[in-house]
Amino acid sequence: MTTTTTTGKNGFTSTLNTTWQIIKQIPPVFPIFIILFIIVSYLSPTYSSTVGILAFLRRTAPLGIFAVGQMFVLASGGFDLSIGSIVTLVCLVSSLLLNNDPANAYSSIGIMLLIGAGIGLTNGLVVSFLKVPSFIATLGMMLIVRGMALYWVGGAPKGYFTDNWRMWGRGYIENVPIFGRFPIGMIVLIVVGLITWYIFHRTNYGKQVLAVGDNVRAAQLSGVKVRLVRTGAFVISAVLAVIGGIMFGGYGGVNVTIGEGLEMSAIAACVVGGVLLGGGKGSVISVIFGAYTLEILFSMLNLMGLPKPYKDTIQGAIIIAAVAYVALSQRKRR
Amino acid sequence: MTTTSFSGTRVKNILKSIRIPPVYYFLMVIFLGGGILDLMYGGGQIFGNPKIMMNILVRSVALGIVAVGQTMVIIGASIDLSVAYVISLTAVTASYVMQGDPANVPRAIITVFAMGAVIGLVNGLIITKLRVNAFITTLGTSLIIKGIINSTFSNWAGSVPRSFEFFGYAFLGPIPVSVIVLLLVMIVGWFVLKKTKFGAHLYAVGGNKEVSRLSGLRTHRILILAHVICSMTAVLTGLFIVSRLRAGAPWVGPDGLYDLESIAATVVGGTLLAGGRGGVWGTLAGVLIFSVLDTTFNQLGMNPYLTIVFRGLIVVLAVASYTIRSKKEAA
Repeated sequence: MTTTTTTGKNGFTSTLNTTWQIIKQIPPVFPIFIILFIIVSYLSPTYSSTVGILAFLRRTAPLGIFAVGQMFVLASGGFDLSIGSIVTLVCLVSSLLLNNDPANAYSSIGIMLLIGAGIGLTNGLVVSFLKVPSFIATLGMMLIVRGMALYWVGGAPKGYFTDNWRMWGRGYIENVPIFGRFPIGMIVLIVVGLITWYIFHRTNYGKQVLAVGDNVRAAQLSGVKVRLVRTGAFVISAVLAVIGGIMFGGYGGVNVTIGEGLEMSAIAACVVGGVLLGGGKGSVISVIFGAYTLEILFSMLNLMGLPKPYKDTIQGAIIIAAVAYVALSQRKRR
Repeated sequence: MTTTSFSGTRVKNILKSIRIPPVYYFLMVIFLGGGILDLMYGGGQIFGNPKIMMNILVRSVALGIVAVGQTMVIIGASIDLSVAYVISLTAVTASYVMQGDPANVPRAIITVFAMGAVIGLVNGLIITKLRVNAFITTLGTSLIIKGIINSTFSNWAGSVPRSFEFFGYAFLGPIPVSVIVLLLVMIVGWFVLKKTKFGAHLYAVGGNKEVSRLSGLRTHRILILAHVICSMTAVLTGLFIVSRLRAGAPWVGPDGLYDLESIAATVVGGTLLAGGRGGVWGTLAGVLIFSVLDTTFNQLGMNPYLTIVFRGLIVVLAVASYTIRSKKEAA
């Protein structure tokens, strides 16, 4: 959409109109995030200090990455329920592969990325060629991956994560100008965000993902290789789940239930970031901010002294409200 | 189709109308395969011991009851992810209200069914009136219920009186009461779907919502009712579980994975995830497949983690066997 500014006696009002047009196009997630952030920094001095803000950024970076991966699949019209169990797999199997030796860190990360790509490829092929709805395909994959992970390590995590493996999730780069120290996880998120932003918003592939999600038949008739596009989305989602899982495990430590429910959190972050279930809409930056908005909301409730379990209640209400808002405002436009 | 007066074609038509869902062949294969594996590597109990057969049925009760409700909402092209926490809510509330006293049983039952009805109503209203995607709505309500239960109860709450364990443990002749209840729920589900106006309308709404609306169906009411029924079946499953466990705890629903497994059983049973086609008898077979698998692996002494892997594989393969021939792209 282009808006041109006309000069003349209406110059001022049309500038105002243009500004209003631009403001209207800002996704609601940004102002909501900023408002929540201001409230939180009033409630707790930690959130107005650089250290506190950076710690918050570091903590939420993995969810941002999961959400971006989930967005690719949602935008193409599917679901990916296997994210959480991929994270469990990454954490459990890495603890085994590392074997308490820092020298194994990079090889184990490489192996996990390959496994992740394999899982995503399988998801994509099952959906594209066996025509299994992605909800069921990735639900099955969730069970398979979780079972394999637990079987592989024998039901309990073995060993611990070495420091050079954990650094991706919890490490800082020291002596950075302005910030002092900068979380590595945040750098990973920024790099992942830039790459996925480029793929999603600037390449043909990204447009094709949206086209497939919007109308499969139309995309097919205009020459989009639907199956390839869908499979690609699942691979991206699974690989990002591995990357986020490495950071998540590095931040939190080894745990059998570490990945439980993460796929739903990622979907929630996407929904808050304005992604439509069923496909056809999505934005990398909004989704990352969706993840941060959810997390800052939890921090706020925490600071207000609400018991922890209510976090779920609020999250549930928020995602319903977010989607209802979009649905109702769309109806008005029509 | 024209009706003929020939009794031969009539019989043929009746025979045609009781078509067995294809999933039963799958169930037979798994049952026979499991039994033969058990003969070769296990104790041969699956074919030999009638108690094991009955156990397969009892194992299916909890999932089977809620899967009937799930089948209904899926036929209406909706979905219900909140059933697991409705089950938990029922279990803790029932055992908390009963407190081991038989006098409190009617009050507890009325309370939990009322709660189930309200939850189903809320789900349905959000989906139809606020136009929120069913997946998100029920994910949201399940999180809301989860937060409320976990902040109210942290562990086993109260207990059920001995008389209430009747539902979970008693036998009527050789058949457990719970299995009879499951069959009754199945028959009622079949009757509602195939023999009532509501059922016919539900299929229509699931097949094409816009067309049904334009043909004058009150699509909103139909979907809301389907969601209320689904939550009610979840409540019944919750009551069964609490009578088996003798007390309720907040984790009984999600630990049993009743939300995802009821959806999986429904779809394995041949109900279309996109709505408009399917039925409860297929779902029953889907549920039985899960219990046969569990029993077989149990008898073979297989690693419990590999059991999870096989469940996942079976779900995908079973659904793939229907979908592979479809020409439409899946989503």
